[in-house]
Amino acid sequence: MSVRELNRDRSIKGGDKMNDWILEVKGLRKEYGGQVGVDNLNLKVRRGEIFGLLGPNGAGKTTTMECLVGLRRPDAGEIRIMGVDPQQNPGKLKDIVGIQLQVSALPETIRVEEALNFFSFYHGRKSNGTGLDKLHLEEKKKASYQSLSTGQKMRLSLTLAMQHQPPLLILDEPTAGLDVGSRRTLHGIIKELRDQGTTIILSTHDMAEAEALSDRLGILVRGRLLTVGSPREITSTGKGLTKILVKTAGSALTGKKFPAVLERDDKDGYRVLFTSQIGETLNALLRAVEAAGDEFVDLRVERPTLEERFLELTTKEVV
Amino acid sequence: MRAFACHLQFEFFSGLRNKSLLMMYYLMPLGFFAVVGSVMSELNPFFREMAIPSMVTFAILTGTIMGLPSPLLEAREKGIFRNFRVHGVPAANILLIPALTAGIHLGVVALIITFTAPLLFSAPLPSNWLLFFLGALTFLITGAGLGVLIGIVAGNNRICFLLAQMIYLPGMLLGGLMIPTDQLPQFIGWFSRILPTTYAMDAMLSLGWGEPVLNIWPLGGILVLLAGGILSFVLAGYLFSWDQNNYTRRGPSFLAVLVLIPFILGAIFL
Repeated sequence: MSVRELNRDRSIKGGDKMNDWILEVKGLRKEYGGQVGVDNLNLKVRRGEIFGLLGPNGAGKTTTMECLVGLRRPDAGEIRIMGVDPQQNPGKLKDIVGIQLQVSALPETIRVEEALNFFSFYHGRKSNGTGLDKLHLEEKKKASYQSLSTGQKMRLSLTLAMQHQPPLLILDEPTAGLDVGSRRTLHGIIKELRDQGTTIILSTHDMAEAEALSDRLGILVRGRLLTVGSPREITSTGKGLTKILVKTAGSALTGKKFPAVLERDDKDGYRVLFTSQIGETLNALLRAVEAAGDEFVDLRVERPTLEERFLELTTKEVV
Repeated sequence: MRAFACHLQFEFFSGLRNKSLLMMYYLMPLGFFAVVGSVMSELNPFFREMAIPSMVTFAILTGTIMGLPSPLLEAREKGIFRNFRVHGVPAANILLIPALTAGIHLGVVALIITFTAPLLFSAPLPSNWLLFFLGALTFLITGAGLGVLIGIVAGNNRICFLLAQMIYLPGMLLGGLMIPTDQLPQFIGWFSRILPTTYAMDAMLSLGWGEPVLNIWPLGGILVLLAGGILSFVLAGYLFSWDQNNYTRRGPSFLAVLVLIPFILGAIFL
Protein backbone atom coordinates (compact mmCIF):
# COMPACT_ATOMS: atom_id res chain seq x y z
CA MET A 1 0.00 0.00 0.00
CA SER A 2 1.53 3.33 -1.05
CA VAL A 3 1.39 6.56 0.94
CA ARG A 4 -1.24 7.90 -1.45
CA GLU A 5 -3.38 4.78 -1.09
CA LEU A 6 -2.95 4.90 2.66
CA ASN A 7 -4.08 8.52 2.81
CA ARG A 8 -7.07 7.74 0.59
CA ASP A 9 -7.92 4.76 2.79
CA ARG A 10 -7.73 7.05 5.83
CA SER A 11 -10.04 9.62 4.31
CA ILE A 12 -12.55 6.93 3.27
CA LYS A 13 -12.67 5.60 6.82
CA GLY A 14 -13.13 9.17 7.97
CA GLY A 15 -11.67 11.20 10.76
CA ASP A 16 -8.22 12.48 11.40
CA LYS A 17 -6.13 9.58 12.51
CA MET A 18 -2.81 11.39 12.52
CA ASN A 19 -2.22 10.21 16.05
CA ASP A 20 -2.67 6.52 15.41
CA TRP A 21 0.30 4.16 15.51
CA ILE A 22 1.91 2.70 12.40
CA LEU A 23 4.30 0.54 14.42
CA GLU A 24 3.82 -1.15 17.75
CA VAL A 25 6.47 -3.22 19.53
CA LYS A 26 5.70 -4.98 22.80
CA GLY A 27 8.26 -6.75 24.98
CA LEU A 28 10.74 -7.38 22.16
CA ARG A 29 13.68 -9.53 23.21
CA LYS A 30 16.53 -10.88 21.13
CA GLU A 31 19.57 -12.79 22.38
CA TYR A 32 22.69 -13.93 20.56
CA GLY A 33 24.14 -16.98 22.29
CA GLY A 34 23.27 -15.75 25.79
CA GLN A 35 24.19 -12.11 25.02
CA VAL A 36 21.18 -9.83 25.17
CA GLY A 37 20.84 -7.76 22.01
CA VAL A 38 17.43 -6.23 22.76
CA ASP A 39 15.76 -6.46 26.15
CA ASN A 40 12.01 -6.00 26.66
CA LEU A 41 11.68 -3.18 24.15
CA ASN A 42 8.35 -1.37 23.99
CA LEU A 43 7.93 1.19 21.27
CA LYS A 44 5.19 2.96 19.32
CA VAL A 45 5.67 5.11 16.24
CA ARG A 46 3.01 7.52 14.98
CA ARG A 47 1.94 7.81 11.36
CA GLY A 48 3.72 10.60 9.54
CA GLU A 49 6.50 11.24 12.05
CA ILE A 50 10.25 10.83 11.87
CA PHE A 51 11.26 8.67 14.78
CA GLY A 52 14.98 8.66 15.56
CA LEU A 53 16.60 5.71 17.26
CA LEU A 54 19.81 6.76 19.00
CA GLY A 55 22.30 4.65 20.82
CA PRO A 56 26.00 3.91 21.20
CA ASN A 57 27.64 1.05 19.29
CA GLY A 58 26.18 -2.32 20.28
CA ALA A 59 23.09 -0.72 21.83
CA GLY A 60 20.78 -2.91 19.75
CA LYS A 61 19.64 -0.41 17.12
CA THR A 62 20.44 -2.63 14.14
CA THR A 63 19.05 -5.72 15.88
CA THR A 64 15.83 -3.82 16.53
CA MET A 65 15.66 -2.64 12.92
CA GLU A 66 16.33 -6.17 11.65
CA CYS A 67 13.61 -7.61 13.87
CA LEU A 68 11.21 -4.96 12.56
CA VAL A 69 11.83 -5.97 8.95
CA GLY A 70 11.76 -9.71 9.61
CA LEU A 71 15.47 -10.38 9.12
CA ARG A 72 15.79 -11.56 12.73
CA ARG A 73 13.28 -13.71 14.56
CA PRO A 74 12.65 -12.24 18.04
CA ASP A 75 13.03 -14.58 21.04
CA ALA A 76 10.03 -12.92 22.66
CA GLY A 77 7.64 -10.07 22.10
CA GLU A 78 5.35 -8.82 19.44
CA ILE A 79 5.86 -6.55 16.43
CA ARG A 80 3.02 -5.12 14.36
CA ILE A 81 3.53 -2.81 11.42
CA MET A 82 0.10 -1.59 10.27
CA GLY A 83 -1.20 -4.78 11.86
CA VAL A 84 1.27 -6.99 9.98
CA ASP A 85 3.54 -9.41 11.84
CA PRO A 86 6.92 -9.33 9.99
CA GLN A 87 7.58 -13.01 10.66
CA GLN A 88 4.13 -14.24 9.72
CA ASN A 89 3.54 -12.13 6.66
CA PRO A 90 6.81 -11.04 4.99
CA GLY A 91 5.07 -10.84 1.60
CA LYS A 92 2.75 -8.10 2.81
CA LEU A 93 5.46 -6.39 4.84
CA LYS A 94 7.65 -5.71 1.80
CA ASP A 95 4.87 -3.64 0.24
CA ILE A 96 4.20 -1.45 3.27
CA VAL A 97 7.81 -0.97 4.39
CA GLY A 98 10.79 0.46 2.52
CA ILE A 99 14.10 -0.53 4.03
CA GLN A 100 17.62 0.74 3.78
CA LEU A 101 19.86 -1.66 5.67
CA GLN A 102 23.17 -0.70 7.24
CA VAL A 103 24.87 -3.85 5.95
CA SER A 104 23.65 -4.64 2.49
CA ALA A 105 24.77 -4.41 -1.10
CA LEU A 106 23.78 -5.14 -4.65
CA PRO A 107 25.50 -7.38 -7.17
CA GLU A 108 28.61 -5.60 -8.48
CA THR A 109 27.62 -5.81 -12.12
CA ILE A 110 23.99 -4.70 -11.81
CA ARG A 111 23.26 -1.33 -13.42
CA VAL A 112 21.31 1.38 -11.63
CA GLU A 113 18.41 1.16 -14.06
CA GLU A 114 18.40 -2.65 -13.84
CA ALA A 115 18.34 -2.53 -10.05
CA LEU A 116 15.29 -0.26 -10.13
CA ASN A 117 13.45 -2.58 -12.52
CA PHE A 118 14.60 -5.69 -10.67
CA PHE A 119 13.23 -4.63 -7.29
CA SER A 120 10.17 -2.89 -8.74
CA PHE A 121 9.02 -6.09 -10.37
CA TYR A 122 9.46 -7.94 -7.06
CA HIS A 123 7.20 -5.28 -5.54
CA GLY A 124 4.68 -6.05 -8.27
CA ARG A 125 5.00 -2.80 -10.20
CA LYS A 126 6.94 -1.26 -13.06
CA SER A 127 9.76 1.11 -12.23
CA ASN A 128 9.11 4.75 -13.11
CA GLY A 129 12.53 5.91 -11.96
CA THR A 130 11.02 7.66 -8.92
CA GLY A 131 13.70 9.36 -6.91
CA LEU A 132 16.56 9.03 -9.40
CA ASP A 133 16.44 12.69 -10.37
CA LYS A 134 15.76 13.81 -6.80
CA LEU A 135 18.80 11.89 -5.60
CA HIS A 136 21.01 13.07 -8.48
CA LEU A 137 21.38 9.60 -9.93
CA GLU A 138 19.72 10.31 -13.27
CA GLU A 139 23.06 10.50 -15.10
CA LYS A 140 24.17 7.24 -13.46
CA LYS A 141 21.30 5.16 -14.86
CA LYS A 142 23.59 3.05 -17.01
CA ALA A 143 26.42 2.82 -14.46
CA SER A 144 27.19 -0.45 -12.73
CA TYR A 145 26.86 -0.68 -8.94
CA GLN A 146 30.60 -1.27 -8.52
CA SER A 147 31.39 2.02 -10.27
CA LEU A 148 29.28 4.12 -7.87
CA SER A 149 30.79 6.11 -5.00
CA THR A 150 29.74 5.39 -1.39
CA GLY A 151 27.35 8.33 -1.46
CA GLN A 152 25.82 7.23 -4.75
CA LYS A 153 25.37 3.69 -3.40
CA MET A 154 23.60 5.10 -0.34
CA ARG A 155 21.37 7.24 -2.53
CA LEU A 156 20.56 4.28 -4.76
CA SER A 157 19.72 2.21 -1.70
CA LEU A 158 17.34 4.96 -0.54
CA THR A 159 15.80 5.18 -4.01
CA LEU A 160 15.17 1.44 -3.98
CA ALA A 161 13.66 1.65 -0.51
CA MET A 162 11.21 4.41 -1.45
CA GLN A 163 10.39 3.71 -5.08
CA HIS A 164 7.33 1.60 -4.26
CA GLN A 165 6.08 4.52 -2.12
CA PRO A 166 5.74 2.62 1.16
CA PRO A 167 3.95 4.32 4.08
CA LEU A 168 6.86 3.39 6.39
CA LEU A 169 10.56 3.85 5.66
CA ILE A 170 13.17 2.25 7.90
CA LEU A 171 16.62 3.77 7.48
CA ASP A 172 19.56 2.29 9.34
CA GLU A 173 22.33 4.90 9.51
CA PRO A 174 21.56 6.29 6.06
CA THR A 175 24.16 9.05 6.17
CA ALA A 176 27.09 7.03 7.53
CA GLY A 177 30.18 7.71 5.43
CA LEU A 178 28.60 10.52 3.41
CA ASP A 179 30.15 13.93 2.79
CA VAL A 180 28.46 17.09 4.03
CA GLY A 181 26.77 17.86 0.71
CA SER A 182 25.31 14.37 0.26
CA ARG A 183 24.23 14.35 3.88
CA ARG A 184 22.37 17.63 3.45
CA THR A 185 20.68 16.32 0.28
CA LEU A 186 19.54 13.20 2.11
CA HIS A 187 18.24 15.24 5.04
CA GLY A 188 16.20 17.32 2.63
CA ILE A 189 14.74 14.21 1.02
CA ILE A 190 13.89 12.63 4.36
CA LYS A 191 12.03 15.77 5.46
CA GLU A 192 10.24 15.99 2.12
CA LEU A 193 9.10 12.38 2.43
CA ARG A 194 7.80 13.06 5.94
CA ASP A 195 5.92 16.11 4.65
CA GLN A 196 4.31 13.90 2.01
CA GLY A 197 3.01 11.59 4.76
CA THR A 198 5.68 8.88 4.94
CA THR A 199 6.58 7.66 8.41
CA ILE A 200 10.33 7.30 8.87
CA ILE A 201 12.26 5.36 11.47
CA LEU A 202 15.84 6.54 11.45
CA SER A 203 18.71 4.93 13.28
CA THR A 204 21.75 7.16 13.66
CA HIS A 205 24.85 7.94 15.69
CA ASP A 206 24.75 11.57 14.68
CA MET A 207 23.16 13.70 17.43
CA ALA A 208 22.82 16.79 15.23
CA GLU A 209 21.10 14.71 12.57
CA ALA A 210 18.75 13.13 15.10
CA GLU A 211 17.93 16.49 16.64
CA ALA A 212 17.40 18.21 13.31
CA LEU A 213 15.29 15.49 11.68
CA SER A 214 13.39 13.65 14.38
CA ASP A 215 9.94 14.57 15.61
CA ARG A 216 10.48 12.09 18.42
CA LEU A 217 13.39 9.93 19.35
CA GLY A 218 14.30 7.06 21.59
CA ILE A 219 17.65 6.40 23.23
CA LEU A 220 18.64 2.76 23.29
CA VAL A 221 21.42 1.51 25.57
CA ARG A 222 22.37 -2.13 26.07
CA GLY A 223 19.20 -3.25 24.36
CA ARG A 224 16.92 -1.18 26.59
CA LEU A 225 14.99 1.91 25.61
CA LEU A 226 15.92 4.51 28.24
CA THR A 227 13.78 7.38 27.10
CA VAL A 228 11.37 8.43 24.35
CA GLY A 229 10.21 11.93 23.48
CA SER A 230 10.76 14.93 21.27
CA PRO A 231 14.37 16.20 21.18
CA ARG A 232 13.27 19.18 23.32
CA GLU A 233 11.55 16.92 25.87
CA ILE A 234 14.57 14.68 26.12
CA THR A 235 17.07 17.49 26.59
CA SER A 236 14.87 19.19 29.20
CA THR A 237 14.38 16.08 31.32
CA GLY A 238 18.06 15.73 32.15
CA LYS A 239 20.14 17.63 34.59
CA GLY A 240 19.01 20.44 32.31
CA LEU A 241 21.59 23.05 33.19
CA THR A 242 21.79 26.01 30.84
CA LYS A 243 25.25 27.38 30.19
CA ILE A 244 25.79 31.17 30.44
CA LEU A 245 29.08 32.57 29.18
CA VAL A 246 29.65 36.16 30.21
CA LYS A 247 32.54 38.62 29.77
CA THR A 248 32.51 42.17 31.15
CA ALA A 249 34.85 45.14 30.68
CA GLY A 250 35.40 45.58 34.43
CA SER A 251 35.39 43.29 37.45
CA ALA A 252 31.68 43.38 38.39
CA LEU A 253 31.44 39.59 38.47
CA THR A 254 34.53 38.92 40.59
CA GLY A 255 33.63 36.97 43.68
CA LYS A 256 29.88 37.39 43.05
CA LYS A 257 27.37 34.55 43.58
CA PHE A 258 24.17 34.30 41.53
CA PRO A 259 20.92 32.47 42.27
CA ALA A 260 20.19 29.01 40.76
CA VAL A 261 23.82 28.58 39.62
CA LEU A 262 24.89 25.05 40.44
CA GLU A 263 28.33 25.01 38.78
CA ARG A 264 30.75 27.70 37.71
CA ASP A 265 34.00 27.92 35.81
CA ASP A 266 36.36 30.48 34.28
CA LYS A 267 37.55 29.91 30.74
CA ASP A 268 39.32 32.16 28.20
CA GLY A 269 38.35 35.32 30.13
CA TYR A 270 34.73 34.25 30.35
CA ARG A 271 32.81 33.47 33.51
CA VAL A 272 30.89 30.24 32.79
CA LEU A 273 27.75 29.65 34.86
CA PHE A 274 25.57 26.53 34.81
CA THR A 275 22.08 27.42 35.94
CA SER A 276 18.86 25.55 36.52
CA GLN A 277 16.77 28.78 36.31
CA ILE A 278 17.88 30.84 33.35
CA GLY A 279 15.58 33.85 33.94
CA GLU A 280 16.48 34.23 37.60
CA THR A 281 20.22 34.01 36.99
CA LEU A 282 20.20 36.40 34.02
CA ASN A 283 18.21 39.03 35.92
CA ALA A 284 20.64 38.87 38.82
CA LEU A 285 23.55 39.09 36.43
CA LEU A 286 22.17 42.18 34.67
CA ARG A 287 21.49 43.90 37.99
CA ALA A 288 25.00 43.14 39.27
CA VAL A 289 26.68 44.56 36.14
CA GLU A 290 24.47 47.66 36.18
CA ALA A 291 25.00 48.28 39.89
CA ALA A 292 28.78 48.08 39.51
CA GLY A 293 28.73 50.49 36.53
CA ASP A 294 30.35 47.79 34.45
CA GLU A 295 29.43 46.85 30.89
CA PHE A 296 29.06 43.62 28.93
CA VAL A 297 31.68 42.64 26.34
CA ASP A 298 29.93 39.38 25.46
CA LEU A 299 27.00 37.35 26.76
CA ARG A 300 26.00 33.93 25.45
CA VAL A 301 23.34 31.48 26.57
CA GLU A 302 23.58 27.82 25.53
CA ARG A 303 20.69 25.44 26.09
CA PRO A 304 21.57 21.85 27.05
CA THR A 305 22.15 19.83 23.85
CA LEU A 306 20.88 16.42 22.91
CA GLU A 307 24.47 15.24 22.89
CA GLU A 308 24.95 16.26 26.52
CA ARG A 309 21.70 14.55 27.51
CA PHE A 310 22.67 11.47 25.50
CA LEU A 311 26.06 11.29 27.21
CA GLU A 312 24.44 11.82 30.59
CA LEU A 313 22.03 8.94 29.98
CA THR A 314 24.46 6.52 28.37
CA THR A 315 27.32 7.17 30.81
CA LYS A 316 25.01 6.62 33.77
CA GLU A 317 23.79 3.38 32.22
CA VAL A 318 27.25 2.06 31.41
CA VAL A 319 28.60 2.96 34.89
CA MET B 1 6.55 -13.87 -13.65
CA ARG B 2 7.95 -10.49 -14.79
CA ALA B 3 10.13 -10.39 -11.70
CA PHE B 4 11.44 -13.87 -12.52
CA ALA B 5 12.14 -12.86 -16.12
CA CYS B 6 13.91 -9.66 -15.03
CA HIS B 7 15.99 -11.61 -12.50
CA LEU B 8 16.85 -14.22 -15.13
CA GLN B 9 17.89 -11.52 -17.60
CA PHE B 10 20.11 -9.82 -15.03
CA GLU B 11 21.77 -13.11 -14.00
CA PHE B 12 22.31 -14.02 -17.63
CA PHE B 13 24.15 -10.77 -18.34
CA SER B 14 26.10 -11.21 -15.10
CA GLY B 15 27.62 -14.32 -16.62
CA LEU B 16 29.05 -12.11 -19.37
CA ARG B 17 29.90 -8.99 -17.33
CA ASN B 18 31.46 -10.72 -14.35
CA LYS B 19 35.03 -11.54 -15.37
CA SER B 20 35.42 -14.60 -13.15
CA LEU B 21 32.12 -16.05 -14.39
CA LEU B 22 33.09 -15.33 -17.99
CA MET B 23 36.34 -17.18 -17.30
CA MET B 24 34.63 -20.22 -15.78
CA TYR B 25 31.72 -20.40 -18.22
CA TYR B 26 33.52 -19.65 -21.49
CA LEU B 27 37.24 -18.94 -21.52
CA MET B 28 38.50 -21.84 -19.44
CA PRO B 29 36.33 -24.60 -20.99
CA LEU B 30 36.95 -23.40 -24.55
CA GLY B 31 40.66 -22.76 -23.93
CA PHE B 32 41.03 -26.20 -22.37
CA PHE B 33 39.10 -27.72 -25.26
CA ALA B 34 41.43 -26.09 -27.80
CA VAL B 35 44.68 -27.00 -26.01
CA VAL B 36 43.87 -30.45 -24.60
CA GLY B 37 41.86 -31.43 -27.68
CA SER B 38 44.79 -30.75 -30.00
CA VAL B 39 47.41 -32.37 -27.71
CA MET B 40 45.40 -35.44 -26.68
CA SER B 41 44.12 -36.21 -30.16
CA GLU B 42 47.73 -36.28 -31.39
CA LEU B 43 49.01 -38.36 -28.45
CA ASN B 44 46.11 -40.77 -28.24
CA PRO B 45 43.97 -41.28 -31.36
CA PHE B 46 41.30 -43.00 -29.22
CA PHE B 47 40.74 -39.68 -27.46
CA ARG B 48 39.01 -38.48 -30.63
CA GLU B 49 36.19 -40.96 -29.93
CA MET B 50 35.53 -39.42 -26.55
CA ALA B 51 36.56 -35.82 -27.30
CA ILE B 52 33.04 -34.37 -27.42
CA PRO B 53 31.59 -35.98 -24.24
CA SER B 54 34.88 -35.43 -22.42
CA MET B 55 35.11 -31.72 -23.26
CA VAL B 56 31.37 -31.13 -22.72
CA THR B 57 31.66 -32.80 -19.31
CA PHE B 58 34.73 -30.69 -18.52
CA ALA B 59 32.92 -27.49 -19.51
CA ILE B 60 29.91 -28.29 -17.34
CA LEU B 61 32.14 -29.37 -14.44
CA THR B 62 34.19 -26.17 -14.58
CA GLY B 63 31.26 -23.83 -15.03
CA THR B 64 29.09 -25.32 -12.33
CA ILE B 65 31.57 -26.45 -9.68
CA MET B 66 34.17 -23.69 -10.07
CA GLY B 67 31.93 -20.90 -11.32
CA LEU B 68 28.61 -21.10 -9.48
CA PRO B 69 29.52 -21.32 -5.76
CA SER B 70 31.65 -18.21 -5.35
CA PRO B 71 29.07 -15.56 -6.40
CA LEU B 72 26.50 -17.16 -4.08
CA LEU B 73 28.91 -17.07 -1.15
CA GLU B 74 29.92 -13.49 -1.91
CA ALA B 75 26.30 -12.39 -2.21
CA ARG B 76 25.58 -13.78 1.24
CA GLU B 77 28.77 -12.29 2.73
CA LYS B 78 28.15 -8.80 1.32
CA GLY B 79 24.52 -8.64 2.40
CA ILE B 80 23.05 -8.92 -1.09
CA PHE B 81 20.71 -11.71 0.02
CA ARG B 82 19.52 -9.54 2.94
CA ASN B 83 18.68 -6.81 0.48
CA PHE B 84 16.91 -9.34 -1.73
CA ARG B 85 14.89 -10.60 1.21
CA VAL B 86 13.58 -7.21 2.30
CA HIS B 87 12.50 -6.54 -1.26
CA GLY B 88 10.69 -9.87 -1.45
CA VAL B 89 13.02 -11.92 -3.67
CA PRO B 90 12.20 -15.59 -2.88
CA ALA B 91 15.00 -17.92 -1.80
CA ALA B 92 14.00 -20.35 -4.57
CA ASN B 93 14.79 -17.71 -7.21
CA ILE B 94 18.16 -16.99 -5.60
CA LEU B 95 19.05 -20.68 -5.90
CA LEU B 96 17.46 -21.61 -9.21
CA ILE B 97 18.08 -18.58 -11.42
CA PRO B 98 21.92 -18.66 -11.28
CA ALA B 99 21.74 -22.41 -11.97
CA LEU B 100 19.44 -21.79 -14.91
CA THR B 101 21.62 -19.08 -16.43
CA ALA B 102 24.74 -21.19 -15.88
CA GLY B 103 22.88 -23.88 -17.83
CA ILE B 104 22.24 -21.47 -20.71
CA HIS B 105 25.88 -20.32 -20.89
CA LEU B 106 27.24 -23.85 -20.61
CA GLY B 107 24.70 -25.08 -23.17
CA VAL B 108 26.15 -22.56 -25.64
CA VAL B 109 29.67 -23.76 -24.84
CA ALA B 110 28.59 -27.41 -25.22
CA LEU B 111 27.15 -26.61 -28.65
CA ILE B 112 30.37 -24.84 -29.72
CA ILE B 113 32.41 -27.87 -28.59
CA THR B 114 30.08 -30.37 -30.24
CA PHE B 115 30.08 -28.64 -33.61
CA THR B 116 33.74 -27.61 -33.77
CA ALA B 117 35.32 -30.82 -32.44
CA PRO B 118 34.69 -32.75 -35.70
CA LEU B 119 36.29 -29.93 -37.70
CA LEU B 120 39.26 -29.37 -35.39
CA PHE B 121 40.07 -32.87 -34.15
CA SER B 122 38.08 -35.20 -36.43
CA ALA B 123 35.93 -36.19 -33.44
CA PRO B 124 32.85 -38.25 -34.36
CA LEU B 125 29.43 -36.72 -33.79
CA PRO B 126 26.97 -38.63 -31.57
CA SER B 127 24.92 -41.34 -33.22
CA ASN B 128 21.99 -40.65 -30.91
CA TRP B 129 21.66 -36.90 -30.41
CA LEU B 130 18.68 -37.13 -28.10
CA LEU B 131 20.37 -39.45 -25.59
CA PHE B 132 23.60 -37.43 -25.75
CA PHE B 133 21.54 -34.32 -25.01
CA LEU B 134 19.79 -36.18 -22.16
CA GLY B 135 23.15 -37.19 -20.64
CA ALA B 136 24.56 -33.66 -20.90
CA LEU B 137 21.40 -32.08 -19.50
CA THR B 138 21.29 -34.46 -16.55
CA PHE B 139 24.92 -33.76 -15.70
CA LEU B 140 24.19 -30.05 -15.99
CA ILE B 141 21.42 -30.42 -13.39
CA THR B 142 23.74 -32.39 -11.09
CA GLY B 143 26.67 -29.98 -11.51
CA ALA B 144 24.44 -26.94 -10.98
CA GLY B 145 22.90 -28.52 -7.88
CA LEU B 146 26.32 -29.32 -6.42
CA GLY B 147 27.65 -25.85 -7.28
CA VAL B 148 24.69 -24.15 -5.62
CA LEU B 149 24.98 -26.42 -2.56
CA ILE B 150 28.67 -25.58 -2.15
CA GLY B 151 27.92 -21.84 -2.41
CA ILE B 152 25.21 -22.17 0.23
CA VAL B 153 27.07 -24.23 2.84
CA ALA B 154 30.62 -22.82 2.50
CA GLY B 155 31.33 -20.43 5.35
CA ASN B 156 34.11 -18.55 3.59
CA ASN B 157 36.10 -18.43 0.37
CA ARG B 158 38.74 -20.93 1.45
CA ILE B 159 36.16 -23.56 2.40
CA CYS B 160 34.28 -22.84 -0.81
CA PHE B 161 37.41 -23.38 -2.90
CA LEU B 162 38.30 -26.54 -0.97
CA LEU B 163 34.84 -28.09 -1.36
CA ALA B 164 34.80 -27.24 -5.06
CA GLN B 165 38.25 -28.77 -5.55
CA MET B 166 37.16 -31.95 -3.75
CA ILE B 167 34.69 -32.54 -6.58
CA TYR B 168 36.51 -30.82 -9.42
CA LEU B 169 39.96 -32.40 -9.33
CA PRO B 170 38.98 -36.07 -8.86
CA GLY B 171 36.09 -35.52 -11.27
CA MET B 172 38.45 -34.26 -13.93
CA LEU B 173 41.30 -36.70 -13.34
CA LEU B 174 39.47 -39.90 -12.42
CA GLY B 175 36.03 -39.43 -13.95
CA GLY B 176 36.94 -40.78 -17.38
CA LEU B 177 37.56 -37.43 -19.05
CA MET B 178 41.23 -38.11 -19.84
CA ILE B 179 41.61 -41.83 -19.19
CA PRO B 180 38.74 -44.32 -19.53
CA THR B 181 37.71 -45.47 -16.04
CA ASP B 182 38.12 -49.17 -16.95
CA GLN B 183 41.86 -48.51 -17.31
CA LEU B 184 42.18 -47.25 -13.72
CA PRO B 185 43.48 -49.47 -10.85
CA GLN B 186 40.66 -51.41 -9.15
CA PHE B 187 40.34 -49.30 -5.98
CA ILE B 188 40.54 -46.04 -7.89
CA GLY B 189 38.07 -47.46 -10.38
CA TRP B 190 35.59 -48.06 -7.53
CA PHE B 191 36.25 -44.59 -6.16
CA SER B 192 35.59 -43.13 -9.58
CA ARG B 193 32.09 -44.58 -9.37
CA ILE B 194 31.11 -42.09 -6.71
CA LEU B 195 32.10 -39.22 -8.99
CA PRO B 196 29.33 -37.56 -10.99
CA THR B 197 31.65 -37.15 -14.00
CA THR B 198 32.01 -40.95 -14.29
CA TYR B 199 28.25 -41.37 -14.64
CA ALA B 200 28.07 -38.45 -17.06
CA MET B 201 30.87 -39.77 -19.29
CA ASP B 202 29.53 -43.32 -19.26
CA ALA B 203 25.99 -42.20 -19.98
CA MET B 204 26.99 -39.90 -22.83
CA LEU B 205 29.43 -42.37 -24.41
CA SER B 206 27.17 -45.39 -24.16
CA LEU B 207 23.88 -43.68 -24.98
CA GLY B 208 25.11 -41.03 -27.41
CA TRP B 209 27.87 -42.94 -29.19
CA GLY B 210 26.96 -46.56 -28.39
CA GLU B 211 30.37 -47.18 -26.80
CA PRO B 212 30.59 -50.11 -24.34
CA VAL B 213 31.84 -48.58 -21.07
CA LEU B 214 32.30 -50.14 -17.62
CA ASN B 215 29.36 -52.27 -16.67
CA ILE B 216 27.22 -49.44 -15.45
CA TRP B 217 23.65 -49.52 -16.63
CA PRO B 218 23.63 -46.19 -18.50
CA LEU B 219 20.04 -45.22 -17.70
CA GLY B 220 20.79 -46.14 -14.08
CA GLY B 221 23.67 -43.66 -14.25
CA ILE B 222 21.28 -41.01 -15.54
CA LEU B 223 18.98 -41.73 -12.59
CA VAL B 224 21.89 -41.44 -10.13
CA LEU B 225 22.86 -38.07 -11.63
CA LEU B 226 19.30 -36.85 -11.54
CA ALA B 227 18.83 -37.98 -7.93
CA GLY B 228 22.12 -36.31 -6.95
CA GLY B 229 21.10 -33.06 -8.67
CA ILE B 230 17.62 -32.94 -7.17
CA LEU B 231 18.94 -33.83 -3.72
CA SER B 232 21.55 -31.05 -4.02
CA PHE B 233 18.88 -28.45 -4.74
CA VAL B 234 16.67 -29.76 -1.91
CA LEU B 235 19.58 -29.61 0.55
CA ALA B 236 20.61 -26.16 -0.70
CA GLY B 237 17.05 -24.95 -0.13
CA TYR B 238 16.96 -26.47 3.34
CA LEU B 239 20.36 -25.11 4.39
CA PHE B 240 19.91 -21.72 2.74
CA SER B 241 20.75 -18.75 4.92
CA TRP B 242 19.92 -15.10 4.18
CA ASP B 243 23.05 -13.80 5.82
CA GLN B 244 26.47 -14.73 7.04
CA ASN B 245 25.51 -15.06 10.69
CA ASN B 246 23.58 -18.27 10.04
CA TYR B 247 20.76 -17.31 12.36
CA THR B 248 18.27 -18.32 9.74
CA ARG B 249 19.90 -21.61 8.68
CA ARG B 250 17.69 -24.56 9.47
CA GLY B 251 20.37 -27.20 9.97
CA PRO B 252 24.10 -27.76 10.29
CA SER B 253 26.14 -27.42 7.09
CA PHE B 254 27.52 -30.96 7.35
CA LEU B 255 24.09 -32.27 6.32
CA ALA B 256 25.28 -31.43 2.82
CA VAL B 257 27.25 -34.72 2.77
CA LEU B 258 23.87 -36.46 2.34
CA VAL B 259 24.23 -35.51 -1.31
CA LEU B 260 26.70 -38.40 -1.68
CA ILE B 261 23.98 -41.00 -0.99
CA PRO B 262 22.81 -41.51 -4.62
CA PHE B 263 26.42 -41.82 -5.83
CA ILE B 264 27.39 -44.30 -3.12
CA LEU B 265 24.26 -46.35 -3.83
CA GLY B 266 25.11 -46.16 -7.53
CA ALA B 267 28.65 -47.39 -6.87
CA ILE B 268 27.30 -50.33 -4.85
CA PHE B 269 24.32 -51.40 -6.91
CA LEU B 270 24.98 -50.40 -10.54
